[in-house]
Amino acid sequence: MSSIPSNLKFLESHEWARLESDGLVTVGVSDHAQSALGDLVFVETPEPGRRLSQGEAAAVVESVKAASDVYSPVSGEVVAANDALGAAPELVNSDPYGEGWLFKVKPDNPAELDGLLDAVAYGKALESEGH
Amino acid sequence: MGHRTPLFDTHLAASARMVDFGGWDMPVNYGSQIEEHHAVRRDAGMFDVSHMLIVDVRGARARDYLRRLLANDVAKLAEPGKALYSCMLNERGGVMDDLITYFLREDWFRVVVNAGVREKDVAWLQRHSAQFQVDIQPRPELAMIAVQGPNARAKAAGSIGPRSAAALQLKPFYGAELDGWFISRTGYTGEDGWEIALPAAEAPKLWSSLRDAGVVQCGLGARDTLRLEAGMNLYGADMDENVSPLESALAWTVAFDPRERDFIGRAALEAQRRAGVKRKLVGLVLQERGVLRGHQKVIVAGVGEGEITSGTFSPTLERSIGFARVPADAGEYVEVDIRGKLLRAKPVKPPFVRNGKALVAL
Repeated sequence: MSSIPSNLKFLESHEWARLESDGLVTVGVSDHAQSALGDLVFVETPEPGRRLSQGEAAAVVESVKAASDVYSPVSGEVVAANDALGAAPELVNSDPYGEGWLFKVKPDNPAELDGLLDAVAYGKALESEGH
Repeated sequence: MGHRTPLFDTHLAASARMVDFGGWDMPVNYGSQIEEHHAVRRDAGMFDVSHMLIVDVRGARARDYLRRLLANDVAKLAEPGKALYSCMLNERGGVMDDLITYFLREDWFRVVVNAGVREKDVAWLQRHSAQFQVDIQPRPELAMIAVQGPNARAKAAGSIGPRSAAALQLKPFYGAELDGWFISRTGYTGEDGWEIALPAAEAPKLWSSLRDAGVVQCGLGARDTLRLEAGMNLYGADMDENVSPLESALAWTVAFDPRERDFIGRAALEAQRRAGVKRKLVGLVLQERGVLRGHQKVIVAGVGEGEITSGTFSPTLERSIGFARVPADAGEYVEVDIRGKLLRAKPVKPPFVRNGKALVAL
């Protein structure tokens, strides 16, 4: 059973979003996603300063098995990317909601988060996919 | 639901992630395939390879029969227990399978074939058997566990009972029947180790005993990264019935001498040699960040195009490696189309790794 923290929002494509106290949104991929991909070998993160639209492909996570696009859950400007992943992509596997965060966005409109799946809805989506 | 090996329940109990492999439900990893890979290179790991099929060839003319069916020459097998790696070809010189053959007695040879083509192989072996009056006996009731790594034999010795004394005497590429089990010093990882064939009912107990001895459970994911680092071909990816061994870096497994030995596919290979072999299989080391994957297009400037046949990320080298079928004239560098970008790759002669170290200039 994969882990789904109750304080996060999710996309059906397995990204998570966390609204921080400083107003930034941190983005990563879920425990289910990292498990399905297997050991990650490369992560491409977006450049700080880049503008993203909600749903736009923003990053790539690549395992031996496959390369997978990561979509931005919100519109806004990228303010940070997780530099640790260059040397240690496996952080996404070992700590997908913590040390394995991918990038942070200054959101144009935090209300966009309300339209995402909450933890319960994401869990149901996984179940109906047969996970 | 695919075919299941005698260790299926064991894998589920160990929380293996299962996948379909050629119609078989097999473990791809038990957690981290990279950790499993390192365990084999540094220590000892084990694989359930029961999906492969052992086939016994019995009869006074077994040797003559195999000298006709196989591109390599079993005349090389003089000592009982000795093994030979060979391709089995169709009349067009295409590869039907690659396999290992053991000489046990003049009237008894043992062949181990790949899982995905086992029915095809048995049908082919049977089709040609009457001419040499041999009996083809598939042994699907045997399970097989491969223990691989520098410490594999030492760690496994305590799990195989009194067989260990004789097993530890086995030279590389030799096998022996020991009290109902067949143990050979062979493998598909580039490391030392044994492949142990035994009655299916005894496999779970052996697996459990090996685990207790500190042998790490390893799945097909690690099996693929290990064999690719070791420069070993995978049937169905690196070669199939549409290509010859000469285009698959397997010319070394074809025994054209003695010239009087007519094996199936010989005429087609000789014609190909006379005309000049147009393609070759090379190892590739990707020079940039990315992962080589099967079917990616390979561009050889000024020469033509080719295709990746196998690709992965090498945990030992920490970069991507693969095999590609390219025009015979391909030289020092090629480019690979990876998701729309052209990345540089360097052709090298496999293997990529030996004794845990990079063999190729990165």
